[in-house]
Amino acid sequence: MLQLEYFLLLAAALFCIGIYGLITSRNAVRVLMSIELLLNAVNLNLMAFSNFLDADVKGQVFSVFVITIAAAEAAVGLAIVLAIYRNRDTIDMEQFNLLKW
Amino acid sequence: MTLAEGTQLVSFGVLTLTTIVAALGVVLLENIVYSAFLLGGVFISIAGMYLLLNADFVAAAQILVYVGAVNVLILFAIMLVNKREPLVPLKNAWIRQGLTALVCLGLFALLGTVAITTPWAVLTEAPVVGDTALRLGEHFFSDFLLPFELASVLLLIAMIGAIVLARREFIPDTNADDGDPNLIFRLPERPRDPVAPEPLEPVSK
Repeated sequence: MLQLEYFLLLAAALFCIGIYGLITSRNAVRVLMSIELLLNAVNLNLMAFSNFLDADVKGQVFSVFVITIAAAEAAVGLAIVLAIYRNRDTIDMEQFNLLKW
Repeated sequence: MTLAEGTQLVSFGVLTLTTIVAALGVVLLENIVYSAFLLGGVFISIAGMYLLLNADFVAAAQILVYVGAVNVLILFAIMLVNKREPLVPLKNAWIRQGLTALVCLGLFALLGTVAITTPWAVLTEAPVVGDTALRLGEHFFSDFLLPFELASVLLLIAMIGAIVLARREFIPDTNADDGDPNLIFRLPERPRDPVAPEPLEPVSK
């Protein structure tokens, strides 16, 4: 029988993989993909809690909101990557150091 | 163990395997096109997980929004910024990656410990929800009405912001009415630089 802990462990693993990719990636598009991984892990947590702990579907409501925000975030993030690429002619994260002191 | 439980368990195992392997591929593979397609695999596996969690509507929304929109958007971004530049190797890159891997493993250990040791108040019998789309709609238009409308406004803001950010910049001194008299409207944008066709080379990596 499926347990709540299985889903929580899977979501934790997905979250950690996303964090690793977020920090070590040098391609800006790959960073956005890692953020999508993080959001999916959080969504999986919400759905698992909604199924196992709540007799209602409120977790699914929150999950739909997270999916909406993720779509908006992906659009704006990729537009920012395009703008930076036009200005700096690179997508290497190590060279986006305008705000570094 | 009944047949239904066995099927659920086997499905969960297969979906877990594909999710983890595809997520590792997204993060670790060199070629970013492979990463983008594997990201689609992660999204589809997560949609299967939602089906296992009795959420058919959100599974369909996941497929539509993530695989249909976000993944295609990422592929378009990869095509638009396909600069095959050799990344300058950093000094001591392995220290950074090792430290990050250590922190991530520690985070996973922490989250796993919390998930296992917490006594969750799991419902004893499975609740009868019925039509999830119907229940979701009731929630959206009763007690989650304000967040629902705010989400629509946010989507509008994000759309306008993405267009403004990704648009080519305005070039005011192009006289638009020089050529075609039938042309009644022309977008004021910078003309594209002509690109010489690159000789095809086999993709090595």
